[in-house]
Amino acid sequence: MSTYLVYTAGGVLLYALGTYGLLAKRHLIHKVISANFMGSGVFLILIGLGNRSPEGGPDPVPQAMVLTGIVVTVALTALGLAIVKRYYTATGLDNLDDEPSAGGDR
Amino acid sequence: MGDRRRFPALLPLLASGGVLAFVGRAVLALPPAANGLAVEMRDGAKASGIKNVVTAVLLDFRGYDTLLEIAVLMLATVAVLSLREDPAALSRRIAGRAGPVLGALTRTLAPLMIIVAGHLVWVGSSEPGGAFQGGAVLGAAGILLVLSGYAQPAWAGQRIVRWVLTVGLLAFIGVALYPMFGGGSLLQYPAESRKSLILFIEILLTLSIGASILSLFLASASATAGGERP
Repeated sequence: MSTYLVYTAGGVLLYALGTYGLLAKRHLIHKVISANFMGSGVFLILIGLGNRSPEGGPDPVPQAMVLTGIVVTVALTALGLAIVKRYYTATGLDNLDDEPSAGGDR
Repeated sequence: MGDRRRFPALLPLLASGGVLAFVGRAVLALPPAANGLAVEMRDGAKASGIKNVVTAVLLDFRGYDTLLEIAVLMLATVAVLSLREDPAALSRRIAGRAGPVLGALTRTLAPLMIIVAGHLVWVGSSEPGGAFQGGAVLGAAGILLVLSGYAQPAWAGQRIVRWVLTVGLLAFIGVALYPMFGGGSLLQYPAESRKSLILFIEILLTLSIGASILSLFLASASATAGGERP
């Protein structure tokens, strides 16, 4: 059992957890957090897999890709939260299952 | 609806179990030892004059990714800024709330954070660090200044801030296009000025990323600040 597998397996687990949350949770903020879970899982998998080199340190390419991914995740999260908040002020709902009442939009 | 919450929903459980099995199997099937591109990247970084390999990958070998990433960040910021409802709500909420301790702490921390941000960018070419780390520290310093009442939250949408938001991307596009006038291809930095060009982009990117993070925070905080519903 090598070290990289620990990180990679953790990443796979996080990704699966995020998938469950994204599909099963109704609250929109839960869904945003679940998407973040999935992203973090992908990052862990990438970083873990980049550390399999038998000679001379980790692979910098996955690291750079993860760095890029973190910034995109921040952008995604902020946009998601802004849309959720706007949806809440417009309809008073925190999920997409309930129908907005007529005239609830301003 | 009450019944649905008592048990974990079956379909999501199946889906995530399937994802777990599928991705897990794919990961386990990979060989336990692989060099990837580590060796090539280290040699390439040595040739490019950027000693930090990750920075070399980000801005040189895979500069196109980073260019598009900055565009994504800017687009998201513009979208969040256009979704905010009451830009003044946050300042009403903050006004007069900062106590003497937070004030003193901010006066000590904010200049330090700006120095740290500059340092992170500067060492980014040889040590861990770079535009994103520096920009994150810069953005955090801005958030601290706003929350303690030293800066106005309303300036998130002002013209100067919009320029700072875009200057990183504009400079990056300019530097990326510049070699094409000399017959080169996109992002093919001229060898003699490669390091200074990358540093130039990094400094402007830091400002843009810092402004982006601050704007994202301010805009989403002002969207429903005060918690009142119409």
